[in-house]
Amino acid sequence: MLELLKSTNVDFIGFRKKAFIISAIMILIGIYAFVMVIIGKANLSVDFTGGTNLQIRFAEQVDIGTLRKVLTDGGISDVQIQEVSGTKDFFIKTKLIDSDKETIQNKVASIFAAQLPGKKFEVLGSNMVGPGVGKELKNYAILAVCLAMLGIIIYIWYRFTFISGIAATIATFHDVFAVLGVFYILNKELNLLIITALLTVAGYSLQDTVVVFDRIRENMGAMKTRDDLGKVMNRSINEVLSRTIITGISTILALGALMFAGGEVLLDFSFALLIGLIVGTYSSIFVASPLVLMWRKGIK
Amino acid sequence: MIKSLKLRFILVGIFLVISIIYCLPNIHEPQGDLKKYLPSDKIHLGLDLKGGMHLLLELDMAKMMQNLTDRKLSALKDGMIRDGVRFLALDMKGNTIAVTVKAEQKEKLYNLVGKEFPDLKAGATKTEGDTLSVDFVMSEKELASLKDNAVRQALETIRNRIDQFGVSEPVIVKQGENQILVQLPGIKDPQRALDLIGRTAQLEFKLVDEENAARATSGSVPDGDELLMMRTKNRETGIATTTPTLLKKQALLTGELLTDAKVSIGGETFRNEPYVSIEFDSEGARIFDKITAENVGKRLAIVLDNTVYSAPVVKERISGGKASITGGFTMEEAKDLAIVLRAGALPAPVKVVQNITIGPTLGQDSIRQGVRATILGALLVVIFMIIYYRWSGVIACVALFLNLLYLLGAFSALKATMTLPGIAGIALTIGMGVDSNVLIFERIREELRLGKTVRAAVDGGFSKAWVAIFDSHITTLITACVLFIFGTGPIKGFAITLIIGMIINLFTAVFGSKAIFDWILQKFKPRTLSI
Repeated sequence: MLELLKSTNVDFIGFRKKAFIISAIMILIGIYAFVMVIIGKANLSVDFTGGTNLQIRFAEQVDIGTLRKVLTDGGISDVQIQEVSGTKDFFIKTKLIDSDKETIQNKVASIFAAQLPGKKFEVLGSNMVGPGVGKELKNYAILAVCLAMLGIIIYIWYRFTFISGIAATIATFHDVFAVLGVFYILNKELNLLIITALLTVAGYSLQDTVVVFDRIRENMGAMKTRDDLGKVMNRSINEVLSRTIITGISTILALGALMFAGGEVLLDFSFALLIGLIVGTYSSIFVASPLVLMWRKGIK
Repeated sequence: MIKSLKLRFILVGIFLVISIIYCLPNIHEPQGDLKKYLPSDKIHLGLDLKGGMHLLLELDMAKMMQNLTDRKLSALKDGMIRDGVRFLALDMKGNTIAVTVKAEQKEKLYNLVGKEFPDLKAGATKTEGDTLSVDFVMSEKELASLKDNAVRQALETIRNRIDQFGVSEPVIVKQGENQILVQLPGIKDPQRALDLIGRTAQLEFKLVDEENAARATSGSVPDGDELLMMRTKNRETGIATTTPTLLKKQALLTGELLTDAKVSIGGETFRNEPYVSIEFDSEGARIFDKITAENVGKRLAIVLDNTVYSAPVVKERISGGKASITGGFTMEEAKDLAIVLRAGALPAPVKVVQNITIGPTLGQDSIRQGVRATILGALLVVIFMIIYYRWSGVIACVALFLNLLYLLGAFSALKATMTLPGIAGIALTIGMGVDSNVLIFERIREELRLGKTVRAAVDGGFSKAWVAIFDSHITTLITACVLFIFGTGPIKGFAITLIIGMIINLFTAVFGSKAIFDWILQKFKPRTLSI
């Protein structure tokens, strides 16, 4: 039997006060980032902001990858490029819009002229485009998230206790906010793919929390005397620790492959998942269970 | 849980065969006779992975302004009649509404407009003897916001139609002043999609002018009437013929008050052909009741986008707000008509400015890299599982492979659209599948450490891990269901993957690895476990 961990006995619960401080900081940054997203001050992609859509025709075949690289180097990093099938036309969508000083059309044209010498092209059109995710869609998404949260609370309430449901939801939001905060601080662009990554993080975090709760429930059921809840929690977390580590390693292996070999489109996505994995594991140990414990102590 | 090992393997096998059959077209399209019996749909790839149809639609703003002014005019007319403002003339010149009244009525008219039509501004006035002509125009600001609203409404309507048509993950954005950019992945019948999106879908009920019916062919249209074409289609031959029909210009009821439209078939009156039955809200039902009560014996025409579809004689008063539209439709036509009626009319006709095919947003280069990285990631996980859990790890990998096949089969069968977010959903699912196996194996190890026999350890490990697996999967399933019902676009795509994934995961957790373990235990009765 290959074992990374022999039975451990770490006092996770005792660490909770320090953990709460760390978590509070992460949540505050996350909430700040969230507010910035809502009022549109964060680095949002063209899906949310709208921008300019250019149609450009090249005289000879050009590779999308080359175009993306050239534009990124030229200072237009948030581009979506689509090729018109069977032609040498491209649609280039960016969230930048024409300013008094310079039109996007001229800016892109000058980048191409400088970086792709010898390739002839003409700009067929330049149009303002609205956001693909409008107000209605945003509101629907927020409603969906709220209802999903309610569903989780009710189910966990039914299977465990009400307070476990609340704690699991808080832990989940904690993780999503933490990832959001990291993205905000690093000024990484939030696009639809990253939103999906956030949902994935939420799913992963819930899974982790439920596994820990399950073990606590089981151990509490086997309690003969009224043991200290904190001790039971500690024992339970230690017991599932090997599973946490093994699952963590296999996920990191998969994400690592995506990060290092998946190209730039997948880089941010897998980066978000990686942070989510780390924070999610942390929160299932240091946030969810201690919250339940604190509540229990509070009502005693 | 099913005890019989044979039965479990049969179940696993049946689903496996079904999945492979559905997956097959992705590798090799069935040929000849097989085509009739086997599914031939490949997994649809989304805009980001494959590209699709790119449509640029332009709203006819002039026509829309005319419609708006038209509506304002009739509202003003109703208001004046109600308030007793006697008008001598009421006319429309472009976007201006010209009203002529006796001078003494000026006060009353201005009161009415000031109170109920604050968006109308009095422009040029002209006094001639004791008559007064006023030109009312809409303010610039008002016009701008109306135009803006119209584009937004058109956008929402088109989004609704596309959603109901069943295309997932389209791109629908406003472009420029009055254009709407639509991108649709994996459209098989572009013309049908185009018809569906581009149709104005203005439904109106109008009376047939039977007194002047004879003048329909002569071309001279009486005042207050209009000449529209009535379309009749022979269902056997599919040939549509049109006959000019004179109608009263005023629409008695429009599609705005519709609450539902659906395809129905049958009934002797309908010669067993598909038709669209529509339902009005209470306001619409009241109006419809009134119209039919007042016009028994007359012909009421059902007009869609200025084409008369049918003009049945009103036999009796119809309460309840239900009506049906017939017209020799094929099933497909009836379905599409129901969709556009449900989704609502466009505020103005649209013109297709651009209709081209575009490549994937991600670009071939990124997709190739992504696929390579995914395979690499999966391989790393497989190697790790086998090193750490040895033969049990191999069993886990077999179960996970089964999982993946089921997922792809379900994807093909449900004709779901695969996008990058969808793939993220698959990755999460497989991740949870790995986790389930880790949970089980760690539990089995714990049981073994307690000194239990192999058989007892495996049974105990599975049954104890099952609770945690079940709870975590159901929580995720609940979340995914809510996201699917209320989410849109990529969130929906992600959610559907998760839903399918969670169900399949639960299935393979019980029937996949457990069945293999049980088989090995029965067959070889090992004294130690390679875990």
